[in-house]
Amino acid sequence: MSEPVLEIRNLNVGYGLGDQAVRAVRDVNLTLHRGEVLGLAGESGSGKSTLAYGLTRLLPPPGVITGGQVIYHPADGPAYDVLGLSDRELREFRWNETAIVFQGAMNSLNPVHKISTQLTDVLRAHEPTMSEHSRNARAREMLKLVGIAADRMDAYPHQLSGGMRQRVMIGMALILQPQVVIMDEPTTALDVVMQRQILRQLIELRERLGFSVIFITHDLSLLVEFSNKIAIMYGGRIVEEAPASAIYRDSLHPYSAGLLGSFPALRGPRRELTGIPGSPPDLKGMPTGCSFHPRCPKAFDPCASNIPVLGRPDTPDGSTRSVACWLHPTAQPVGL
Amino acid sequence: MKYFLQRLAFYLFTAWAAITLNFFIPRMIPGDPVQALITKYQGQLSSQAIDSLYVLFGLDKDANIWQEYVDYWGQLLRGDLGLSFTFFPTPVSEILASSLPWTLLLVGITTVISFFLGTSLGILAGWRRGSWADGLLPVTTFLSSVPYFWLGIIAIYLLTGPDSFFPSSGGFDSGLVPAWDQYFIPSAIQHSLLPALTILISSVSGWILSMRNMMVTVASEDYITVAHAKGLTDRRVAMSYAARNALLPNVSGFALSLGFIVGGTLLVEIVFSYPGVGFQLFQALGASDYPLMQGVFLIITISVLVANLLADIAYLLLDPRTRKEG
Repeated sequence: MSEPVLEIRNLNVGYGLGDQAVRAVRDVNLTLHRGEVLGLAGESGSGKSTLAYGLTRLLPPPGVITGGQVIYHPADGPAYDVLGLSDRELREFRWNETAIVFQGAMNSLNPVHKISTQLTDVLRAHEPTMSEHSRNARAREMLKLVGIAADRMDAYPHQLSGGMRQRVMIGMALILQPQVVIMDEPTTALDVVMQRQILRQLIELRERLGFSVIFITHDLSLLVEFSNKIAIMYGGRIVEEAPASAIYRDSLHPYSAGLLGSFPALRGPRRELTGIPGSPPDLKGMPTGCSFHPRCPKAFDPCASNIPVLGRPDTPDGSTRSVACWLHPTAQPVGL
Repeated sequence: MKYFLQRLAFYLFTAWAAITLNFFIPRMIPGDPVQALITKYQGQLSSQAIDSLYVLFGLDKDANIWQEYVDYWGQLLRGDLGLSFTFFPTPVSEILASSLPWTLLLVGITTVISFFLGTSLGILAGWRRGSWADGLLPVTTFLSSVPYFWLGIIAIYLLTGPDSFFPSSGGFDSGLVPAWDQYFIPSAIQHSLLPALTILISSVSGWILSMRNMMVTVASEDYITVAHAKGLTDRRVAMSYAARNALLPNVSGFALSLGFIVGGTLLVEIVFSYPGVGFQLFQALGASDYPLMQGVFLIITISVLVANLLADIAYLLLDPRTRKEG
């Protein structure tokens, strides 16, 4: 595996302070390698978006990062902790190193400014020495890259379709050639055909430009197809992390298995779609022990009392994957 | 452009309807202005003079109403609004010409200052939510619920007196003649301070509240998060992304309030005996001065329409979504 570009260490993110605080992300350890597509899956409320907002310090109030580190390795120069950057350094870090494509394709663009203005103001902020002419040329180039005619530069967001807007957002995300692109359910607002088209284009661009992607979605089938590695989140914790094919073929955590069982496979014998009984846990009153145990079909004695640690399972491919489940107790902890 | 012409046609139609109503309403009000004038002169008018007054005021009972209507339009287009009863025989247009600048300068300047001040404070309060700026809100809510004429009365009661800097009434010192010289202008400014402050204090809160609330609404939009994620400066996100969008409802409110400059502050002008249009209207009402009332109403109507037109134009310029292509 190539060198890491982003390391999340023991990240804790909560909403609110004091007694009312809700811990949305708990002790998350995750490493993104250069050129990798890391999928992050889980139900609504599992903390996957909070994780993404937390590591870029974009949490809307009352969100607070309560602990941990986000180590970023720039292409050249020493690694640093994103959570320790000053406001000014943070502004320079944003979009230059880590760009984000958000959920709401329809609302991500400012309705009163032209596409060109919104593409070039990134350049204006990050590369003040660039001339007006070359800024516009760069913006046009980005639009061409994502398959939008350059004459749409002067269009306003309301004149574009949802798919086009999301393409513009992807073009905008790549304009400074960041090393990491976070995709927070980038295609949820689009129809299935458009989803696939845009993702395919994205993967092509990734191969050409070499950035890494954190791809957040609840659609595990998309992840299996498009990502190298998948991390499954439940109740604010990562419960399983493995290469995409390994998750698909033999997932170790019952929750991953439940997610996989809830969408149909294209090939193979017909099987009944099962889904997962119950509903996601209330973050204010987490179950004791493994937070999944009340819904888990395989729960047994230790599950209700002890929290399983994310560790290497005792399987032949155990060195490439990790899981937090009492079914695999020989696990050796990772991230320590 | 087509949209703009449509709006223009609509406003012309509205203006026509308003002027026509303005023609008919005084003719439907019971009471006879000539009788009022006769009483005023206490029988010193001959019957011939009375007849000529009826003709002069266009209250000649024999004339055809349609003919009157056509004549009315002819007069209007010549800028002739008839003669005032109270200030007989001064033409109404002359009275309006002398009182309109007072209102426009006092209320106009105050409205503009109020809008810019209130909007800026609102941007600040909305953007720095949770800071000291939130302390402004209860104060502004309180002030916006105080009627401005009451505030004026309190101001006169507390701040004016024989030794006070602030005069309690009028637009300038009684010994002066209106002119652009070093005696008149400072006096006019001195007289306008208290009414201006009254209007400012009671109107600025509305702008603060509405702008602050719009800022808070807009701040949770996705494009604001995107702007932050893009690494733009906080100032640029606040102004170009948040305020620029939050401003839109306030702009149309501003244009409407421009329309109310002429008529809306009647009570302040009465409280301060300020020689503006509102004060004239008040006097006209007391004296059944129909031509003057008609004149004032006409000015109010036209100013509201012009302000609406300005609002439409401002909206077209500020919000690309209202522009229709083709």
